[in-house]
Amino acid sequence: MSNMIISIASGKGGTGKTTVATNLAVSLGSDVQILDCDVEEPNAHLFIRPVIEDIQTITTPVPQIDEEKCNLCGKCADICQFRAIIVIGETVLPFHELCHSCRGCLLVCPEKAITETGRELGVIERGHKNGLEFVHGKLRIGEAMSPPLINKVREYTRDDAISIIDAPPGTSCPVIAAMNGADFILLVTEPTPFGLYDLKLAVEAVKILGIPCGLVINRSDMGDDKVHSYAEKEGVPILMEIPFDRQIAEAYSRGELLVDVMPEWKEKFLGLYRRIEEIVG
Amino acid sequence: MKELVVISGKGGTGKTSLMAAFASLAENKVLCDADVDAADLHLILDPEIKESHDFQGGATAIINQDKCTECDLCRELCLWNAISEDFVVDQIACEGCGVCVYFCPEEAIDFPIKTCGEWFLSETRFGPMAHARLGIAEENSGKLVTLVRQEGRKLAEEKNLDLLLTDGPPGVGCPVIASLGGATAVLIVAEPTVSGRHDMERVAQLAAHFRVPAMVCVNKFDLNPDQAQAIEDFAREKAITVLGRIPFDPTFTKAMIQGQTIFEYDTNSKAGLAIKHLWEKIIAKI
Repeated sequence: MSNMIISIASGKGGTGKTTVATNLAVSLGSDVQILDCDVEEPNAHLFIRPVIEDIQTITTPVPQIDEEKCNLCGKCADICQFRAIIVIGETVLPFHELCHSCRGCLLVCPEKAITETGRELGVIERGHKNGLEFVHGKLRIGEAMSPPLINKVREYTRDDAISIIDAPPGTSCPVIAAMNGADFILLVTEPTPFGLYDLKLAVEAVKILGIPCGLVINRSDMGDDKVHSYAEKEGVPILMEIPFDRQIAEAYSRGELLVDVMPEWKEKFLGLYRRIEEIVG
Repeated sequence: MKELVVISGKGGTGKTSLMAAFASLAENKVLCDADVDAADLHLILDPEIKESHDFQGGATAIINQDKCTECDLCRELCLWNAISEDFVVDQIACEGCGVCVYFCPEEAIDFPIKTCGEWFLSETRFGPMAHARLGIAEENSGKLVTLVRQEGRKLAEEKNLDLLLTDGPPGVGCPVIASLGGATAVLIVAEPTVSGRHDMERVAQLAAHFRVPAMVCVNKFDLNPDQAQAIEDFAREKAITVLGRIPFDPTFTKAMIQGQTIFEYDTNSKAGLAIKHLWEKIIAKI
């Protein structure tokens, strides 16, 4: 399957999602793209070091009121579920940062007094490193809503390439936006109580989406065996284990790829991909 | 009342382990876990739940098939493509905007409020605690963060305690923004890696954006002392208080596996001593 979408997620943060996503993408070589959807804290570029060829500012539509036309009927405030538009005295006040861009106010206004302006969500940067295509979103500092920007990044998914998605941590709406529609979800965890607890939440989220998943255990020798027994019980295949190695940790700290520092890992990441291919079929 | 919020930008820098250590050092405080999406603090603090409450988030649309005439208007209006060809609303994709509900000519769409999490008031061996659990794949995490912090504050007022110690979420988006409003100060726990530095810089910008005074400490600093230095240089340049460094210490993981704070596991660990020193500085600062 040459156009598979693999989303790398984790529940707990800092377990090694970006390490797995970047090394897998680089190992696969050409006809591959990496989409960094951890738009709050994107890190893949620090390891891929792509040449950025295109930067785009992404906005979301928010209402703008024409006070000449507005007769203060209040219908816009009634329809808004997010308290992003209110009527106070003689004015209608939109709160752009609360707006979910549903266009309800614009549709409901009988005086056609509402038009659209934009709120900046952040930027999307695109580029290449050797044959690898790189795309990431960077949420504007102060912007609360990451899912719309994640969706924009995912619009760059190509149907003639393997797409590797680096997802944000957690199990709520931004993660769902980064996992939905993927062919496979690769969960990265560490064998600790925090890692296990958050892994269970992530597995539940994956089940809701009904997507096949597998597990990478990072720092696999620094903890206990409870993640292993949980995976066995749940029938989640363990596809790779990365032991704790100070050399790996230090290379990571400098922004170096594991496959560059220890080239024997390239074959392991290719093996990981082959196992995913077998599962997806 | 003072509130210290511990954040990190990047996940996995040691926020929660550090927070648990602070819980055993701080006096007269209420503990609050505001990482409602993947809450872990309870795994060490083992709270005994005294009260639990449902968290009501937003509403989602449900089409009543008996009334629906399949006119397709809802599908045209829905910007989230949440309504299938056979007019069933995907509960995960639905944003809860209510536009379909309002415009449906047959009034065939219900819009019930959803329970999308729980929040708790508990007792722990280190004092009272407010915490929460957001349902899997749910929205409104910011709202729940705000709620759990408010409840923590109320608890502190009732018990006459003067410090709220809050474990914040990772990232810079909605839940983090909700964890900053009204805080006395934030402590950013950074790790000495290119990612850790990048993410620390972004979350420091966020704290500055909302005018919350920030402090920083570098955990596992000896993994890369150059990066640790770069983080501290950046902080000083931005007038962020540099509190100190914590060495890489496997005692953290060993303690976590036992469900203990680092001090309970080993009264004399390297990291433990550094944390005691850090805590004294924090107290002096806030």
